[in-house]
Amino acid sequence: MEGIYSFLDAILPLEAYQFTFMKNALLAVLLLTPLLGLLGTMAVNHQMAFFSDALGHSALTGIGLGIVLGLRNDLLAMLVFGVVWAIMICLIKQSGSASTDTIISVFSSTSVAAGLLILARGGQFAKYSYLLIGDILAVSPEDLLYLLLALAGTLVLWIVLYNALLMTSVDPMLARSRGIRTRLIECGFVVLVALAVMLSIRWVGVMLINALLILPAAAGRNLARSSRQHAAWTVGIALVSGIAGLTSSYYMDTSAGATIVLFSAAFYAVSLLVRGIRK
Amino acid sequence: MLHHCALCHIDLDGISVRRGGQVLLQDVSMHIHCGQLTVLIGQNGAGKTTLIRALLGQIPHTGVIRHVDSRGLDIPHLRTGYVPQVLQFDREMPLTVQDYLAASLSRRPVWTGVGKKTKEKVKQMLADVEAAELADRPLGRCSGGELQRVLLALALEPAPDLLVLDEPVSGIDRNGMRMFLDLLMNMRQTRHMAILLVSHDLRFVREYADHVVLLEKSVLTQGKPGEVFASPEFAAVFGTGEEEAED
Repeated sequence: MEGIYSFLDAILPLEAYQFTFMKNALLAVLLLTPLLGLLGTMAVNHQMAFFSDALGHSALTGIGLGIVLGLRNDLLAMLVFGVVWAIMICLIKQSGSASTDTIISVFSSTSVAAGLLILARGGQFAKYSYLLIGDILAVSPEDLLYLLLALAGTLVLWIVLYNALLMTSVDPMLARSRGIRTRLIECGFVVLVALAVMLSIRWVGVMLINALLILPAAAGRNLARSSRQHAAWTVGIALVSGIAGLTSSYYMDTSAGATIVLFSAAFYAVSLLVRGIRK
Repeated sequence: MLHHCALCHIDLDGISVRRGGQVLLQDVSMHIHCGQLTVLIGQNGAGKTTLIRALLGQIPHTGVIRHVDSRGLDIPHLRTGYVPQVLQFDREMPLTVQDYLAASLSRRPVWTGVGKKTKEKVKQMLADVEAAELADRPLGRCSGGELQRVLLALALEPAPDLLVLDEPVSGIDRNGMRMFLDLLMNMRQTRHMAILLVSHDLRFVREYADHVVLLEKSVLTQGKPGEVFASPEFAAVFGTGEEEAED
């Protein structure tokens, strides 16, 4: 860890990064934002932005259920609930119902209400408000290690699934005719997003997690012609927003997560302009 | 009525499909011969797409599909290639023709780029369908005819025993359609495969088909185009003279 810190001191001679908590936060940003962005490219292409939003909300229920069941480990409860919930939504999507978004909305609001019901018992909600807005400044070196391992795992799954998922999102029937198990692949992706969301929610918060997934990918989509360009633009925008957002939040004394998201939103606005000019 | 060519064929024997108590296909039997263009015709809702989906193994059916060699012995595997009628996809998706084909060829995720070998392969696949210039075009910017070529290139890799095509209802002009059919006619001679085309456009059937099957839940009649077009069953389904009226 010391080696990394002194490296950061060398390349970032800013007042903001004198502090260890800021260094940790920066490392967390460097881990989280590109990965969420990459997953976002497919969420955007697969028209699942609304779905991932709903997934984020289910974290509240996950923790609530964990408390009811007496689980000591918040993260485990969230992960398990997130995966179960993801599979349920996936099955609904595949049932071919025309009103998928209505059903997702029903699930989403139900899970928020259920989560709040449990977490806010006896006026205790303040204890859990970190879930809503996240606190990236509270990342510890140990957290970073877990985050690194978990995200590496997510990345591996992402690499394995990507091509089949791409074929599926262009045309499922055609993909099936080529031996791709489209339902399995789709559910795999949904579970993957659920895992990434649950792993990051403590640092990013329910309110903003979807922005980190969707905004860089949506901006990248306006600028790119190919899959590779989409990934490159998305990761670039995610990283620049992450670093710029975190740094300026220190000087402006604003919420780190919100500042990062607003930088992404600015990039999105610019990408729309560029797209308009090109056309 | 069927003449047996010296090559392989795919036998459909008593194929039936039921869904929710409704009979979609009833006892469909036909032979699809290697080296021939077999054309499936019929009204909307006659079960043409259902038959294709049964052939591709996408919906449950009763009856037997056999892949048979010239001596009548079973060939264990039937490899199908499928060209859908339309591709209903998000046309704004950042995805080039090369990305799409590479995703089906290679394990390397295309967001990391396309390897040299795969690039060569894609180039060859597109050249085979006279669409070499499309490699770097975003998929969403291809015209109906161009998209059909890309899909054909995809369906031909890996080389299928049976190529199944669902002809588009619209979006391709007459010239484009003629060029596409010429390409297919050429391939049916140079490649060892059977071709089944679902046609929604009778104008080309008489000219191009080797064998025509008229479907209306079951096979009403089948044979050479001339025979089928002159049959009372054809007249009952399409009316007489309608074919000329369309021209």
